Amino acid sequence: MAVSLFYSSRSIQHQEKGSSTVGNILNVKHLSKNYQNITAVRDISLAVEAGEIVGLLGPNGAGKTTTISMILGILEPSSGSIEIMGRSMAGHADAIAGDINFSAVYTQIPPNLTVLQNLKIFGLLYTVPGLAEKIEALLEEFDLQKFRNTKAGVLSSGEMSRLNLAKALINTPKLLLLDEPTASLDPSVAEDIREKIRSYAAKTGAAVVWTSHNMNEIEKMCTKVFFLSRGKILLVGDPKTLPGENGKKTLEELFIAIAREPLSTNQ
Amino acid sequence: MNLKRSYAIFLRQFYLLGNNPTRLAGNFVWLTISIIQWGFITKYLGTLGKANFNFITVILGALILWEFLTRIQQGMMMAFLEDIWSNNLINYFASPLRVSEYTTGLVASSLFTAVMGFVGMSIIAGFGFGYNIFIIGLSMIPFIAILFIFGMALGLFTCAMIFRLGPTAEWLAWPLPMVLSLISGVYYPIDTLPRSLAFVAELFPPAYVFESLRSLLEQTATGPMLMHNLVLGLGLAVFYLFLAYRFFLKVYRHNLRTGKLARFNASI
Repeated sequence: MAVSLFYSSRSIQHQEKGSSTVGNILNVKHLSKNYQNITAVRDISLAVEAGEIVGLLGPNGAGKTTTISMILGILEPSSGSIEIMGRSMAGHADAIAGDINFSAVYTQIPPNLTVLQNLKIFGLLYTVPGLAEKIEALLEEFDLQKFRNTKAGVLSSGEMSRLNLAKALINTPKLLLLDEPTASLDPSVAEDIREKIRSYAAKTGAAVVWTSHNMNEIEKMCTKVFFLSRGKILLVGDPKTLPGENGKKTLEELFIAIAREPLSTNQ
Repeated sequence: MNLKRSYAIFLRQFYLLGNNPTRLAGNFVWLTISIIQWGFITKYLGTLGKANFNFITVILGALILWEFLTRIQQGMMMAFLEDIWSNNLINYFASPLRVSEYTTGLVASSLFTAVMGFVGMSIIAGFGFGYNIFIIGLSMIPFIAILFIFGMALGLFTCAMIFRLGPTAEWLAWPLPMVLSLISGVYYPIDTLPRSLAFVAELFPPAYVFESLRSLLEQTATGPMLMHNLVLGLGLAVFYLFLAYRFFLKVYRHNLRTGKLARFNASI
């Protein structure tokens, strides 16, 4: 129970710190989402700076995807605010959407169109200038040239992941949301994807929000993690030092402890 | 409104047609069968009746125009369903695409296939049964415009219904044009209907279109009567389009609020 109290106080400190930060790419303040009888996300605040890769961790049903959906503008928050590059989502969602992109396991690129057709359509949707050149650069960067006329549905998991990422980067987003981008990939392909994202963030100064259940991956990629459980941020910190600070050996051990935390600690 | 984004929605459907020619065949096969079937029935009726006008022009003309409206409605519905089946709605609505741009793209793609069907049917009816699409002349254009606008309204209504109730609601949408054709005076004057149904028919724009076109063919049309039907038909069509768009927007906002948009997929 002592650990639980510690989570609560740390959580409040970090939420306040996040909400006071200005000049961030992403500022989320006191965000909540209630369904009829369920609170999916409960008063969370977080901030992500330019070039920062942050992890959003938590057990299944913790509220990670709900949070990402609200940032993406496909789910209306019940309360709170989301600011992206200083502009509020409320009232500017269409304009802001041009600066965001995402890749998620639960959505897919239309499988009955070719790689080239898909990239062209998404490029038009994001009104990308110099689209033809941009597509060629992405095909080269993600080693997809030989699949340009192949239907997305027949690509392997690794090729599909590269295409998903190419689509996610087509508008050179300032904020990239990645919901389990390496799920079900073999370690070599996963490493390749991680490297491309790391290099994109370093090169463009884009902020990246990353969810994953792979704790090694999070440790490698993220400079900061937000632990969510039952819709609430319980813990924020550096994934390398956070386990030790909380009396755990590894991030995975800490994850399991938080996932099994009794309900009372979240209230 | 950014037309590039509407073009992207159109292009997706265009690519789908090009990638798989069986989709094109699907568009033409039923129309061809309908024209041939009704062509022969009409030919037979022509040998029985003593009417002073050509049955071919009346019945095949009505069939082609009604199929045009149906293709607009079903084209929009199919394009929307394609996006549901391929889990693509999140990709679209997480992008800067607006609802108005999306629906404009749906209309453009359905117009493309509907015009192809219209031209194809007219050619088959012309060569096979001597049907002349130009017999009424330019005065047909505003009436086709009414059918187009009402087709859009039906298409939007159908998409909104599927968006609200899930993809299985397509089974409510398929028979919609057929049901409407029964009470819209497409193949017979609305005077043929019982008074209560005739009243219902007058609430929908197609009744004014088909009554006018029939009177033009029977050479009983008068200028004021045509103008009256044109204004009423157009007014009603625009009104229904407005209502259908508002309905679609309402459903979109409901889904945005309740999380149905974020979780919308073919399994709902």
